[in-house]
Amino acid sequence: MTTRLDKRFAALKAEGRAGLVTFTMAGDPGHDASLEILKALPKAGADVLELGMPFTDPMADGPPIQASGLRALKGGETLRRTLDLVHAFRATDSDTPLILMGYYNPIYVYGVDAFLNDALAAGVDGLIVVDLPPEEDAELCVPALKAGLNFIRLATPTTDDARLPAVLANTSGFVYYVSVTGITGAATPDFDAVSAAVARIKRHTDLPVAVGFGVKTRDHARAVARGADAVVVGSALVEAVRKSLDKDGAATEKTVPAVTELVRELAEGVRSARPVAAE
Amino acid sequence: MNERPNSFRSGPDENGRFGIYGGRFVAETLMPNILALEKAYEEARNDPAYHAEMNHHLTHYVGRPSPLYFAERLTEHFAQVSAASGGKGGAKIYLKREELNHTGSHKVNNVLGQIMLARRMGKPRVIAETGAGQHGVATATLCARFGLKCIVYMGAVDVARQAPNVFRMKMLGAEVVPVQSGAKTLKDAMNEALRDWVTNVSDTFYCIGTVAGPHPYPAMVRDFQSVIGNEVRTQMQEAEGRLPDSLVACVGGGSNAMGLFHPFLDDPSVEIFGVEAAGHGLDKLNAASINGGRPGVLHGNRTYLLMDKDGQIEEGHSISAGLDYPGIGPEHSWLHDIGRAKYLAATDDEALEAFGLLSRLEGIIPALECAHALAKLKDLAPQRPKDHLMVLNLSGRGDKDVPQVAEILGTKL
Ligand SMILES: Cc1ncc(COP(=O)(O)O)c(C=O)c1O
Repeated sequence: MTTRLDKRFAALKAEGRAGLVTFTMAGDPGHDASLEILKALPKAGADVLELGMPFTDPMADGPPIQASGLRALKGGETLRRTLDLVHAFRATDSDTPLILMGYYNPIYVYGVDAFLNDALAAGVDGLIVVDLPPEEDAELCVPALKAGLNFIRLATPTTDDARLPAVLANTSGFVYYVSVTGITGAATPDFDAVSAAVARIKRHTDLPVAVGFGVKTRDHARAVARGADAVVVGSALVEAVRKSLDKDGAATEKTVPAVTELVRELAEGVRSARPVAAE
Repeated sequence: MNERPNSFRSGPDENGRFGIYGGRFVAETLMPNILALEKAYEEARNDPAYHAEMNHHLTHYVGRPSPLYFAERLTEHFAQVSAASGGKGGAKIYLKREELNHTGSHKVNNVLGQIMLARRMGKPRVIAETGAGQHGVATATLCARFGLKCIVYMGAVDVARQAPNVFRMKMLGAEVVPVQSGAKTLKDAMNEALRDWVTNVSDTFYCIGTVAGPHPYPAMVRDFQSVIGNEVRTQMQEAEGRLPDSLVACVGGGSNAMGLFHPFLDDPSVEIFGVEAAGHGLDKLNAASINGGRPGVLHGNRTYLLMDKDGQIEEGHSISAGLDYPGIGPEHSWLHDIGRAKYLAATDDEALEAFGLLSRLEGIIPALECAHALAKLKDLAPQRPKDHLMVLNLSGRGDKDVPQVAEILGTKL
């Protein structure tokens, strides 16, 4: 089965460049504004969209994404509304792959079968669920794959060669390499170590490898894009959202441009990483 | 819901499950650590030298065994209540004196086991979350004793209401990090500890303070706390020549309760009661996960949780910082579903009343946590006959709560 993600990564490979994966939070800053942001991202240079499902207790996220999720929840975002958001986005864009990222509890409470049905109907392509390691594959991963969604797993610096096969076994779409041991938005990775790690993962799989955590600027993005198939940026984008808000925390006319300008810069970094006439 | 097993004491299974509860719902970064911990604990558990060392410290440093004390005046009090209300005579009440342990609560039993494991695993840095500060104090104490670096995460609200314990931890050389996220209580402290662990995987041991978290913590902490119930078995045999008839303990995450209950799970004659914190009331703000929640996934395990209809975790409320947690250990969730244990709830006001009652009748100022268990004696004891042997786990002493209770009662210290 070829999914939107598979097609997009095949196209990137044909172009000879890495992709840019953007993370933004559903419902931040407000449901409608987050839809406007989502719609503007592909034009600004995003190749794959990651949409956060807000959760009260995001144990692997640093302060920027924690705060973004809390803003969304305060604005009344729910998992049902997030699926509506995807549906509305899909009405305007049928090509750009979109994956939902978050934690298991809201999905578990929604009901796994109902969630998978509704996510597919809304036009979701894949899922990243931070607190579902391979040991818990029976919960959501296996049913999601059966339903035709990609299930993207995180590999980390602590995932050694012995463990990698287990992590990769039920992974599809791409592998998300977390470049630091830590939470989102904290340390900047050591870029040489990242290249080596990507090479190590590629010895175990033919899937594309995206690298994230700690990428904030055009230069970071360029450095990571030399070795990776895609670069993921999240905390820097939700920080751009936060800085654009008025004193009551509402979106302003600066909000969408603040995000798209940064995405443009990051996309430039990603696109200039490899010389066109390589070899 | 779950099938009735041959033994109630055989869990968890190889996936860390008690029925549907438990599991390992953590980020990939932590999985290798959790698997390494499971292996190290399995090895230690089968190593007589590990147990010998632990028993040595339990005796000489912690001060075990803790007494099983016949609470004569408390028993008399409920006998009178029983007579006045047409009850069955009133149970004979024993208190398991965990408040006499070094550091003032049962928490030290678990911390000792984990710190010895940290040493075996060569981890120089120990992190912990704490609510009332009792687990933090116990961790800081054993880190001081064994020369390990100690960082304790504590919600900013709890830092304010448990000031004596904050100072105690600092005296012991620990760093106390006030957590500003969420409701600034125990749940948020646990999130922050998990974030630290994700960041410092290679040199850090996470010493969890209760029977919750990802496998193997619920089983491991239970094993360390089972010293409570095992001693009660022996002590009750010596005192009365038989098993107790009922057990009562407060439940935050559920470690003091599980430590008392577990050795008796396969004795069908023993009634088992956990007491959750009902806060302002079960229909208002509370911290009673079983009485007021439903199954969900948080902090590495599936268990009963307080949450809204969309699966967002709700802030609990309890007068007692140590019970102010929106979850409960997964083994308790399972015992509830299969009906082996009953879970009751006591409000803030009931706990305060019991706090005063034990102080006046027995000369023991209890921690607000176990005051919740004491609060249910008025429902349980008068309805049982005089030869009914009831054991209540006095999980901690109330010194830490004196400033807070004084403030509530309007006394300026
Ligand atoms: C004295 C005392 N009892 C009980 C508890 C609740 O924890 P658990 O339910 O794990 O025993 C605490 C927690 O801080 C405590 O300090």
